Amino acid sequence: MGGLAHFLEDEGLATTQISLIRPQTENTRPPRALWVPFELGRPLGAPNEPAFQLKVLRAVLALLERPDGPVLLEDFPEDAPSAAAAEEGEGWFCPINLPPPPADLSAGGGFKAAMAAEIAGLSTWYDIALRQRERTTMGLSGMTIGEITDFICAFLDGRVPENPCGERSLGQSLKFAVEDLKAFYREAAGAQPGQNTGREMNDWFYGNTAAGKALYALWPIANDLAEQLDDGFMKTFANLLLIPAAQKYRAKEKV
Amino acid sequence: MVRLADLDEPERSHLGNVPCPAFDTEPWVTGPPLTARRVALISTAALQHREDQPFQIGTGDYRVIADDTPAKDLVMSHISTNFDRSGFEQDLNVVLPLDRLHEMAEAGEIGSVARFHYAFMGSTDPVQMEDAARTMAGLLKADGVDSCLLLPV
Repeated sequence: MGGLAHFLEDEGLATTQISLIRPQTENTRPPRALWVPFELGRPLGAPNEPAFQLKVLRAVLALLERPDGPVLLEDFPEDAPSAAAAEEGEGWFCPINLPPPPADLSAGGGFKAAMAAEIAGLSTWYDIALRQRERTTMGLSGMTIGEITDFICAFLDGRVPENPCGERSLGQSLKFAVEDLKAFYREAAGAQPGQNTGREMNDWFYGNTAAGKALYALWPIANDLAEQLDDGFMKTFANLLLIPAAQKYRAKEKV
Repeated sequence: MVRLADLDEPERSHLGNVPCPAFDTEPWVTGPPLTARRVALISTAALQHREDQPFQIGTGDYRVIADDTPAKDLVMSHISTNFDRSGFEQDLNVVLPLDRLHEMAEAGEIGSVARFHYAFMGSTDPVQMEDAARTMAGLLKADGVDSCLLLPV
């Protein structure tokens, strides 16, 4: 981000920026930056909090009028509303009762059946979210949620499914299928009012759903397949892009 | 969060030690009062129109987001899984505050909003973005933009 600011300023455009990782901004030294204590992925702090977002926006744009640079690096003084609620023990929990995943998901098509049951329970809420927000962020895979489940479960069954998109590698198609699967679950789970953090959403998805457990099961399978197919993207996907590093760490700590 | 001290160790070390480019110069452009500025948003969230080609690893190119693009037409093809997307799923403004920027323009707090905004994909060496960024700068100036707000994820 700081590099972009440098190039644009060098071309004659004034820049100001949000900083999410302060040490990186200290090292890159962009002309103007406002460090915010928010989650990665939420540079304006929290969704559906227009007054708070406006406060952040005013603070970062105000740096454009400061005469005392370069370099300006200021700190935004407030936590995001969702983070404050989480720290006060009023955090988010999924309001939808999903069937508990079977103990042995790998046996007899267990993942597919368990995910189908979850998706059936979530579909109403996904539709509600779609109507409320008038949008979904699913779509990069080009597949329906049913096709996504079939595609992912084929890998879990030890098969190599046909690539649904000839313009992409199989690994890229799997990456977008996984992102669309997670989007479906999170959009449904977030349909009811109330603030949530990304960490709470991820803890729920990876810790409490069959779909999350399916992605853990997919990890070694995709890694082995990458070797067989000599698919470099698939290898990167399996080891770095499938499960967030923080989730891997927390799962390891629980063992 | 994100205060690095609040993160679990693998993330803390990784994020705190990401190699950052160093520059020999410190360019500094000033301008009119905020109330007279034309502002564009530059995101590194790999936002794109649904019909655009997804971002690819190791490329420093950008996608154009027309100011009147409906939120429902935007998706995120970022390669990383280590940042939150649920906020974006609930409200585009938490990543790309187009509505908030327009509210500031309507209230006279900024001069105007650019006709086009731009998105890159972070997790890319900034050096690979340089050519695209300098090309984009020409497009921004042609749009009358004098100030850019850069937004990471």
